[in-house]
Amino acid sequence: MTRHPVEAFRALFEPRGVVVAGVSTHPGKFGFVSLHNILASGYRGTLYGTAREAGEVLGVPIVASVDDLPEGVLDLVFVCTPAAANPDLLRACAKKGIRAAFIASAGYGETGEEGQRMQAELVALADELGMLVAGPNGQGVVSPPVGLCAQIVAPYPPAGQIGIASQSGNFVSSFMNYAVQTGVGVSRAVSAGNAAHVTIPDYLDFFAEDGATGVALAYVEGVPDGRAFFERTRAVAARKPLVLVKGGATAGGQRAAASHTGSLASDDRVFDGMCRQAGITRAATIEEAYEAAATFATQPLPRGPRTVVLTTAGGWGVVTADAISRSSLELTPLPDDLRAALDEKLPPRWSRNNPVDLAGAETRDTIPEVMELIVGHPEVDAVIYLGLGIQSNQAALMRNGPFYPDHGLERIVDFHERQDARYARCAAALSERFDKPVLTATELAVTHPDNPGPATVRETGRVCYPSANRAVTALDHLWRRARYLQARA
Amino acid sequence: MPTLSEADSKALLAAHGVTFPDERTVESAADAAAAAAAIGFPVVVKLGGDGIAHKTERGLVRLGLTDAAAVAAAAEELLAAARPEDGEVHLLVAPMLKGNRELIAGLHRDEQFGMTVMLGVGGILAEAVADVAFRLVPISEIDAAEMIDDLATQRLLGEFRGEPPVDREALAAVLLGLSRAAEADPSIVSADLNPLIVVDGIPTPVDALVEVAS
Repeated sequence: MTRHPVEAFRALFEPRGVVVAGVSTHPGKFGFVSLHNILASGYRGTLYGTAREAGEVLGVPIVASVDDLPEGVLDLVFVCTPAAANPDLLRACAKKGIRAAFIASAGYGETGEEGQRMQAELVALADELGMLVAGPNGQGVVSPPVGLCAQIVAPYPPAGQIGIASQSGNFVSSFMNYAVQTGVGVSRAVSAGNAAHVTIPDYLDFFAEDGATGVALAYVEGVPDGRAFFERTRAVAARKPLVLVKGGATAGGQRAAASHTGSLASDDRVFDGMCRQAGITRAATIEEAYEAAATFATQPLPRGPRTVVLTTAGGWGVVTADAISRSSLELTPLPDDLRAALDEKLPPRWSRNNPVDLAGAETRDTIPEVMELIVGHPEVDAVIYLGLGIQSNQAALMRNGPFYPDHGLERIVDFHERQDARYARCAAALSERFDKPVLTATELAVTHPDNPGPATVRETGRVCYPSANRAVTALDHLWRRARYLQARA
Repeated sequence: MPTLSEADSKALLAAHGVTFPDERTVESAADAAAAAAAIGFPVVVKLGGDGIAHKTERGLVRLGLTDAAAVAAAAEELLAAARPEDGEVHLLVAPMLKGNRELIAGLHRDEQFGMTVMLGVGGILAEAVADVAFRLVPISEIDAAEMIDDLATQRLLGEFRGEPPVDREALAAVLLGLSRAAEADPSIVSADLNPLIVVDGIPTPVDALVEVAS
């Protein structure tokens, strides 16, 4: 089904060399910003630019004609030149062995009839040259495994397993901002722009093949060939988790989509059914989508729905129990032998049911010991852990208060911070050891991201969820996928 | 686009595995009474024909007929109500089914995704409730089971007012039959099974309307 060869995508995402066409010396122009971003991300391949005048910009050699570029060392041209200049440019690039182009230039299908004609010609030329032509009217292409940030906007995310393709360039940025925040990184990210020659399903096909990508994440507004979209995304989702956000799910959103990308929409319930049938993880919002993708990338799939909440405070557990009950997960009753084992570790005031509310009963080793009993129990499929970082938050107040380090404050601050870091590592280690998802949630992840609790969760490579509800939503997505795969195994 | 008569709609879908109640197509009032006796009372008698799509609106459905005389009388009236534009008409005699729950199922062509199978909660509030699930044709048994799980009103599918839970396998069989029909016969534009009355847990289609390409 793949329309473009894998090698063409390699030229786009892992180019040996890049030329920026239309380099500018003005730091506000795309022809400068893109060159700057490639350099700032530490791209290690060969780099050239083209401009009206030969010379040097930011230390990069600039040629006045593509003919002056070396042959056989460049794979990708990043195009910032006006649309009218691009056909000749691409022909010249093809002669130099360049196999992929990213067209940031606007002035194509989004501008009306003349632009649509030029866009059709661009596609025909791409096919004629055997070149993969991404865009036009896109923000760029990012590939952290090779240090590539060829885009006209920020940010440059950390490297990871999530492959992003979006019909909206700004949502590529949004997703990558979440990558920066959570520390759960990106393998490839591409703004499909007008998606003239390379469409979202084309990128997803590549992500399915791509060894660097473990999870695919996409934003779409329109699905021009619904049947092909279904067949192709189903094949992708059979191999890797595929998280999708669709803009235009409501009548109001559909009117907005029609003016943004010219997309017309089906009844959303049909689209939703299609996603379920294809095994697509459909998220309602951008943050939900990123968290789902990041969870697929960092947690094992649950084997079943039986979820236990471990909390150091009652109210959090109650609200989380509500969230679980509204999901496809199951707030499983505590097995008798687990309750008995926990009784051995805890004073009688603990909740004695799920949620496991420690009610402030923890001493030095309580949380790691209790967590191990719960995660390790064969009738527990997943655990949500709440309460991380509370003591470190108090420690921060002490550290910054007028009495530190006297009155024993230095010692207690140090103890609390070490303990929270330990709990975070413990959650990750038990998750790995028992091959079960263990999700940690606290608002401190966003209100106090430097708190040793959430900070250590990030160090373990996992997401510290900003609320228990968001952890439940992410875990629910994991279970739905596990259930889909189990039913079809 | 032309619609098939109820009898032809049912025959088309039955050929692909949708199970309908025991019902008979007859020409005369006397045969209607005999068919009713064979099926067992009470029965429903309807006037059918290729030109008749909206039986209820035209009063061409007689419900709850409890003996042969009532059937014969209703049949005479229905035959007399036929209009020239109805073309050839016939009488449909079917058991009068009772259940507290109604579902709807059907086939609809989506502009982007092509033919879809639909399942929803039926009854007079169906439109307001809008609890429906779609899948693209063809569906597998797993897809059918997941569609049923997708309905928000799951309590309606469990034990209900002394009636047993909805037989999910029987419901899945209806959905699979619709999917097979759409796959085998590309001339089908849409199909509606409305309602499926849940009788002792079995979702039973009591009306069918298939629209075909001209």
